[in-house]
Amino acid sequence: MSKLNKSNSELDLDRPNIEDYLPSGSLQDSHPKLRLRDLLDISPTLTEAAGAIVDDSFTRCFKSNPPEPWNWNVYLFPLWCLGVVVRYGVLFPLRAIVLTTGWIIFLSCYFPVHFLLKGHDKLRKRLERGLVELICSFFVASWTGVVKYHGPRPSMRPKQVFVANHTSMIDFIILEQMTAFAVIMQKHPGWVGLLQSTILESLGCIWFNRSESKDREIVARKLREHVNGADNNPLLIFPEGTCVNNHYTVMFKKGAFELGCTVCPIAIKYNKIFVDAFWNSRKQSFTTHLLQLMTSWAVVCDVWYLEPQNLKPGETPIEFAERVRDIISVRAGLKKVPWDGYLKYSRPSPKLRERKQQSFAESVLRHLEQK
Amino acid sequence: MGNTSSMLTQYDIEEVQEHCSNTFSQQEIVSLYQRFCQLDRNGCGFISAEEFMTVPEFAVNPLSQRLFRMLDGLNFKEFVAFLSAFSSRASLQQKVEFIFKVYDTDGNGKVTFNEMLDILRDLTEFSDLHLFLVIEVMQKENTPMSLKIENLHKRIA
Repeated sequence: MSKLNKSNSELDLDRPNIEDYLPSGSLQDSHPKLRLRDLLDISPTLTEAAGAIVDDSFTRCFKSNPPEPWNWNVYLFPLWCLGVVVRYGVLFPLRAIVLTTGWIIFLSCYFPVHFLLKGHDKLRKRLERGLVELICSFFVASWTGVVKYHGPRPSMRPKQVFVANHTSMIDFIILEQMTAFAVIMQKHPGWVGLLQSTILESLGCIWFNRSESKDREIVARKLREHVNGADNNPLLIFPEGTCVNNHYTVMFKKGAFELGCTVCPIAIKYNKIFVDAFWNSRKQSFTTHLLQLMTSWAVVCDVWYLEPQNLKPGETPIEFAERVRDIISVRAGLKKVPWDGYLKYSRPSPKLRERKQQSFAESVLRHLEQK
Repeated sequence: MGNTSSMLTQYDIEEVQEHCSNTFSQQEIVSLYQRFCQLDRNGCGFISAEEFMTVPEFAVNPLSQRLFRMLDGLNFKEFVAFLSAFSSRASLQQKVEFIFKVYDTDGNGKVTFNEMLDILRDLTEFSDLHLFLVIEVMQKENTPMSLKIENLHKRIA
């Protein structure tokens, strides 16, 4: 009986075994003898495919679930209208004023500090950090943010990275108001990009471009340099790589976990009663998202700073990433999903399908060899 | 995610239900409609290949190309009729007919040996030599060169 020679001999070590999460379409082990009809019975595979058509775990991660409308009544509707008037007429102008004031203070302090203190690096950095924390607090105030922090505050030490689950760009602002992190982000166009290239640059932030494949090595090198520098701000990474709707976590990219340093997980969970903070980047621009937050009642969330983790002996970076994802998901009450967040932008690689085919083929051979 | 422009009326639901021979309840049809609208992002009334492939679980399935060929260009009514074989209320006859249709790529009502080989190739990525060897080892019974639907029924049931 000829053996199956693996045509793609390099196994895809880049991701953990998806078979652990998905139901396998392999042959029933109840039949000791493999008959032709078992091989021809494609119903498990078809059922899987139909199941995926009807509902699949990946699309669920990016669905923004609108809250149930409660204003369907004669007396509830006027109450809701009153609420709209208060939100748009009273709260929004107040918040806009607060935010504008904050920006004025920030800009008037930042530029002098940045240009005049060019020589005194340490002092300048400290002041810049304080100012960034200030403007982030103004932002949070402009949405009436009620943020509860649990756990010890992050400290500035070399050889450590912070990882967090990602729901929206405001995650960064909420974390930044407590500690001035340096973050690694996708370069955005528009006014966000302008902010990124001027102010956030001074914090030591790193940019990447999702669509460039060569980018990965450059970014990996920059990450390593940053982490090893003693004086740099603590690095914050969102290993999911994309915004998820705060009910699920998608697979973490291993880049943050193979830098050879301690990983401190942070879990963020938003309370949806007041507003759904998920930024569905396919549906709204960031400006619309911010405006939506500014015209809601409040942004309520919990932030947990969890125990720092190290790579255990004999653990691969992928297993490490999965372990940390487990910790974060359990703490924030999120369900885990075995898909790569970047599948939002591209098709799954054919290797995944080939692996399924290989496992089916192997079970066929195993059954035949049992004769 | 709301379907503001095209809500299903009671008449629509009943029409779809009749078309799929009552294998889905009305509530299930409404859920399927929501799913159809979610997949059909550009709102053109049918789900294109691109839109199907955005579901990673479907894209990694070895039989996805075949199923896609059968699903291409279907509107919602036909979509529900297609999925009716998977409902718990579908009869065994309906399920076997569906499997037969998946096998019978040229649609001539017969499943030839080549069509069976094609399916096995899709599932396992075996080379042709491997496939012949596997089938030979298992061939204690005579495999007829082409099967009509009743024979397939006997074979799988």
